Amino acid sequence: MIAEFISKYGLIALLIAFPAYYGVQDLINDGNLTRIGNNLVDGLSNGAIWALVALGYTLVYGIIELINFAHGEIFMLGAFVSFALWGELGLHPDTATVSLILGLLVSLIVAMLVSGSLNVMIERVGYRPLRGAPKLAPLITAVGFSFILQNVGILWLGASQRAVPDLIHSQRELFSVFGLSVSRGDLLAVAVTIPLVLLLTSFVAQSRLGKAMRATAQDPEAAKLMGINVDTTISLTFLLGGLLAGAAGLINTLYQTSVWYFQGFTAGLIAFTAAVMGGIGNLRGAVLGGLIIGCIQQVSDNRIGNEWTPAVIFAYLVLIMVFRPQGLIGEETREAG
Amino acid sequence: MSTLRELRTREWTKYLLPAVVLLAAVLFPLFRPPLDGFMDDCILALAYVVMALGLNLVVGFAGLLDLGYVAFYALGAMAVGWWASDFYTGVGGAEEGIHIGVSGFAATLPGIHVNFLLIVIGATIVCAVAGAIIGLPTLRLRGDYIAIVTLAFGEIIGRIFQNGDEITLFGDYKLSNGRQSIAPVDAIDIPFLDPFDSALNLRPYYWTAFAMVLVVLFVNIRLRDSKLGRAWIALREDEVAAASMGVPLVKTKLLAYATGGAFGGISGAFLGAYFSSVNANQFQFGFSIFILAMVILGGLGSIWGVVLGAVALAFVNNRLIPDVLDQGFVGDKLKDLGLDFSFTEISFGIFGFILVIMMVLRPEGILPERRRQMELKEGIGESEAVFEARV
Repeated sequence: MIAEFISKYGLIALLIAFPAYYGVQDLINDGNLTRIGNNLVDGLSNGAIWALVALGYTLVYGIIELINFAHGEIFMLGAFVSFALWGELGLHPDTATVSLILGLLVSLIVAMLVSGSLNVMIERVGYRPLRGAPKLAPLITAVGFSFILQNVGILWLGASQRAVPDLIHSQRELFSVFGLSVSRGDLLAVAVTIPLVLLLTSFVAQSRLGKAMRATAQDPEAAKLMGINVDTTISLTFLLGGLLAGAAGLINTLYQTSVWYFQGFTAGLIAFTAAVMGGIGNLRGAVLGGLIIGCIQQVSDNRIGNEWTPAVIFAYLVLIMVFRPQGLIGEETREAG
Repeated sequence: MSTLRELRTREWTKYLLPAVVLLAAVLFPLFRPPLDGFMDDCILALAYVVMALGLNLVVGFAGLLDLGYVAFYALGAMAVGWWASDFYTGVGGAEEGIHIGVSGFAATLPGIHVNFLLIVIGATIVCAVAGAIIGLPTLRLRGDYIAIVTLAFGEIIGRIFQNGDEITLFGDYKLSNGRQSIAPVDAIDIPFLDPFDSALNLRPYYWTAFAMVLVVLFVNIRLRDSKLGRAWIALREDEVAAASMGVPLVKTKLLAYATGGAFGGISGAFLGAYFSSVNANQFQFGFSIFILAMVILGGLGSIWGVVLGAVALAFVNNRLIPDVLDQGFVGDKLKDLGLDFSFTEISFGIFGFILVIMMVLRPEGILPERRRQMELKEGIGESEAVFEARV
């Protein structure tokens, strides 16, 4: 009885408890909820970016049950590509609005394509030859690729954090409601994420290729018998994940105004936590998980100190794995069972 | 009669080669100067062998992919930092300190100073317990989820020590020195021997590390052939079948984590004492991958393969990359070819590359264990069974 209750609502209670604790503290100290509210607004926009990365994890896991460890680095390289392109295109904070938007659109498309094709290539070289080997084998290759790509990042832009010109003045306040300020960066993150997520979900739900993806995820062998080209479908999945990661990389660069070779590792683990939290393999779950983890991250950054944030997120990851491996809205998986 | 004699000669020759290798390995420092760069590499290699053998117990024997092995290095090294330095200056009276089994200079210092052998025992216990605790949440999980949970634990423990200056226990004792290292750490002090001094003579460190490797090797081989070792391998090959044959899953898995962790702790304590400083910045995910690459390179589950892999990668890391690829003739040639970057900076990329190449081309490692080789080969290339092995 109690165990059942804990496994059903424990995770939700735990997720609410963390911001709620600081909310109560704010009420006592300031008499209002402005500070925690602003944390949550920032958290949601940050979480929108994590949602895009988490979708890549969940898509790939859903179809070949592999934690694509290198996915965070795909995101990082998306950020690097956009940073490099802005330099090439000569974009700077004072560029006229029209050319700025055009330049950003071009770099968005390029970053998405680079990340997407890189992800497909990794699948082709590293995971496809191992599709039949014990599950640990492709996971180890994925870890290897993650390190290779990190070091590509080091060779490209060096080992230290690089500041990026604040092209969109991301911290400038757009409007504020009840003391909650919404900045340009917040709006951008949400404005890019929502259409991409809608596009993806409708693609997976309605298009022929999306149907093939779902069929392959359910039973690869039967899908093959039905005339679905499983290899192409898997490549397509990696392409979609990579495209989203590239877009996330660009938004993140606009939002955080810095790039770093190590950002992919942290982002990857945060996004993976998000995917697991939502129930891995579940697209809506990944988005939900991303938003929640964004809020947790922001609250932890702001209240405990950002040197502790990774530890907080990992602690949540362990708790989810232990008490609710199927996630908030996922079903029992073979992993969890 | 002749057959008996033949048998006896064969027995005798079987031990000849190992005996010669052993003797050569023990005596070789006498033919090198006491402060020798090559001996330094050998000492590190030996310490890594201990770690790799520990990880091999978990990943190679029991088949539980542990991506957070750095946790045990961290705990072992921190044990030395806590118990063999003047970090806790105020303990036991301002000028007094606590001294257990230490002699010479260390006995006059404030802080906690415990004999190295006792610390090794302490680190072993701490790491075994930590291993079991880390293992607990993974019991219900399988495959890659285990990898992620262990990775998370490794990162959490690293973070705790990196920010440990913000955590105070028992009044105002900090948990760690944060991003600053704890130094100096007491020299290794073994009863009846002079305290070691890594600034004067590396030989005693070499022999200590070598003895450590021999003990760990012996334990490893005995474990592999024991009931427990066979249970681990059964678990790796088929968990459900093993359970239905009466292998107690919980106990067997936790023992794998605990034993593997204990080896990591021993080696971590040794490395802390050898470097004479404990730096929490080293407790990074990359270290876990460094050790994992040794196990994969040598051959998962193959004891001699893992020894070879550890020695090879230790030399790649400490000799080949900094001294050959970055400097000297080869380094200049590479720079002429346009490879004008520091290989040291991208050493983890090289280890990642080793992981990928080994997994794709030779997943059983350089010196494979026979059973593991069969396991890894089955399924690949058989079109009907392509998706079978995933379950």
